[in-house]
Amino acid sequence: MNEEVKLLKGNEAIALAAIRYGVDGYFGYPITPQSEILETLEAEMPWDTTGMVVLQAESEVAAINMVYGGAASGKAVMTSSSSPGISLKQEGVSYLAASELPALIVNVMRGGPGLGTIHPSQADYFQATKGGGHGDYHLIVLAPKTVQEMADFVYLGFDLAFKYRTPAMILADGIVGQMMEKVVLPPARPRRTKEQIAEQCPWAVTGKLASRKQNVVTSLELDTAKMEENNNRFQSTYRLIEQNEQRYEEYLTDDAEYLFVAFGSMARICQKVIDDMRAQGIKVGLVRPITLWPFPAEVFDRLSQKVKGMLVVELNAGQMIEDVKLASQCRVPTYHFGRLGGIVPNLGEISDAFFKYFPDAKK
Amino acid sequence: MNINDIIKPENLVYAKPRLLNDNHMHYCPGCSHGVVHKLIAEVIEEMGMEDKTVGIAPVGCAVFAYNYVDIDWVEAAHGRAPAVATGVKRLNPENLVFTYQGDGDLSAIGTCETIHAANRGENIAIIFINNGIYGMTGGQMAPTTLEGMKTSTTPYGRSVDLNGYPLAISPLLAQLDGTCYVTRQAVHTPVAVRKTKAAIRQAFENSMNGLGTSLVEIVSTCNSGWKMTPAQSNKWMEENMFKKYPLGDIKNTVK
Amino acid sequence: MKEELIIAGFGGQGVLSMGKILAYAALMDNLEVTWMPSYGPEQRGGTANVTVILSDSEISSPMLDDYDTAVILNQQSLDKFESKVKPGGTLIYDSYGIHKAPTRTDINIYRIDAMEATFEMENAKAYNMIVLGALLKIKNLLPVESVIKGLKKTLPERHHHLIPMNEDAIKRGMTLVK
Repeated sequence: MNEEVKLLKGNEAIALAAIRYGVDGYFGYPITPQSEILETLEAEMPWDTTGMVVLQAESEVAAINMVYGGAASGKAVMTSSSSPGISLKQEGVSYLAASELPALIVNVMRGGPGLGTIHPSQADYFQATKGGGHGDYHLIVLAPKTVQEMADFVYLGFDLAFKYRTPAMILADGIVGQMMEKVVLPPARPRRTKEQIAEQCPWAVTGKLASRKQNVVTSLELDTAKMEENNNRFQSTYRLIEQNEQRYEEYLTDDAEYLFVAFGSMARICQKVIDDMRAQGIKVGLVRPITLWPFPAEVFDRLSQKVKGMLVVELNAGQMIEDVKLASQCRVPTYHFGRLGGIVPNLGEISDAFFKYFPDAKK
Repeated sequence: MNINDIIKPENLVYAKPRLLNDNHMHYCPGCSHGVVHKLIAEVIEEMGMEDKTVGIAPVGCAVFAYNYVDIDWVEAAHGRAPAVATGVKRLNPENLVFTYQGDGDLSAIGTCETIHAANRGENIAIIFINNGIYGMTGGQMAPTTLEGMKTSTTPYGRSVDLNGYPLAISPLLAQLDGTCYVTRQAVHTPVAVRKTKAAIRQAFENSMNGLGTSLVEIVSTCNSGWKMTPAQSNKWMEENMFKKYPLGDIKNTVK
Repeated sequence: MKEELIIAGFGGQGVLSMGKILAYAALMDNLEVTWMPSYGPEQRGGTANVTVILSDSEISSPMLDDYDTAVILNQQSLDKFESKVKPGGTLIYDSYGIHKAPTRTDINIYRIDAMEATFEMENAKAYNMIVLGALLKIKNLLPVESVIKGLKKTLPERHHHLIPMNEDAIKRGMTLVK
């Protein structure tokens, strides 16, 4: 299977990309607005083609623990859900991180807290980037803004997860999940063979071979000195990821006097606002973090030394703005604009907010 | 006669299974876990499945099962062993996958995962240690704690009004179409030990034959938690636990 | 070329699938396209709408404040979207069930009687294709051949025998435009 052009919903793109990547297993539970991922996988019947296992679990809790079992055996496994379901998965996510298991978790965010709404939101930024479950850990968090990136980040997410032996998350929202766009599906890869898995994942539980000691996948260590050692190892992996994997996109930042900062679907909405403002001669640009963790601190450190101010636009009450301020060392006035509860701001609201905070920009 | 005359191979009457390693067990003297661990090690060895077996350890006293039985293990979150086993088995159907769970893990926090794994007929074996108490955390009430039984959270005895009835989960699981074999055994006498070993062997074979979920409940003692000597515990178990949890096959579709 | 459209009506009128066929047709013509639905329970009987953007260059926001063209199929949607058509833009509405006609004078307003035509064709399922035909005639966005190709993509193979019927409906819709 070579590249294939399709018109797909973001959720469908994730499902089809998973099959093409050679994912071994998907375990999920229905929840709006991401159920098309499980539905598409069930309809595609990849068990007949690539041998991929797809299973509707009895709960999000069970699904993430099936992922834990599959990942422990060295397989490429994933799950997906939306905000309330992701909260349920957090126990398992913490175990995955602590057991240094690669896996992919997709969160197509909806408005919360609580059962909330089914409409788009970005209110799980803190949960995704600061840990989510208990203990000191991070996930690699990728924020797609297009349906194309929904597909591409399945590949990137798994590649990074295996490279660093850590779970990765695609943090999307209802807009990218539900919208349709043109997608070029990446070239298909065969699923890894048993031998390839054994070589890539010597730690995997496969049945103890005479040639090696037993493999135990566990997050438990009652000896505090050893547990600190484990934590130090996790932290050095995180430092390495921070060094190597910061990803972001700049849009018209070269001569920008003010910056919009947004991730995922909001970055696209801001791009349109910027185009309209540029047409009026206002020099604005956009920075879009692609990895929300590791946060692309470098670009904010650099650009905050030359712009006059930043407006962080998020579908939440102000979460990523904290990282923007830290990374830019609060050098310039930095404000937040967001709508809550599943409401997506219109373009006018965003530019109004910009001029409210930066009235001088009009001159 | 000196020691070298005695340790000749032809004089050997008993040997520890190779897969049971030499680590000192943390289990209390008199605890049933050690015996069941040994049986599992023996069965895997006898089946020649060491290079295919993945055990799923629980949260509870057996959390460190992987320190004693020298096979590959995954240590699951509390109650989630059947889901973890599902993940391992579905992706590695050639493996022998079993969970080892206590009554808190299997019949309290993990009831949902247990019932649904069994209902899907996952080709796994579940070894279920029922001693009617939470051993590891210090003797609190379990769903299987008998009426009137004293624990650290039912200091005046389990009251049905307050805590509900003791939960016999094996008959419940036997009703599910996904289970092929549900049996209740014990390890308090040599005869019982032999029967339990046969039950574990059948459960393991069932799962490799793709027949569905097998459950071996082992009614056990927790002399520390019960605050009795090991001998008293065995007697108390026979007189009280066996009334609520009688031994024998509950379901066997594989005759 | 860039066209920003909203199609709005009741759930069940085929609003989302009409947008989808348009999107597929655009794909056949090598255009960039976004299709952004209102989603959730309102699809099942309440109001439904979909924003479709066709463009020969990269599309930024899939959600919009105002539109080049609005295709309106019920009163609630007319009330909501009449004011959101760009000056000089186009508003196409089906008169069926509309008791308060649009009043703007700075846009091009087309009334089509698609529901009436559906009754005449005795085929309720043709409704959204009739509307699509009218849209294509008014806006000349895409060749009909691309739309038929798009239809083939959206319809599962077992329904491909319905394509001639849909083609007829599109042509019927084109005749409704005066």
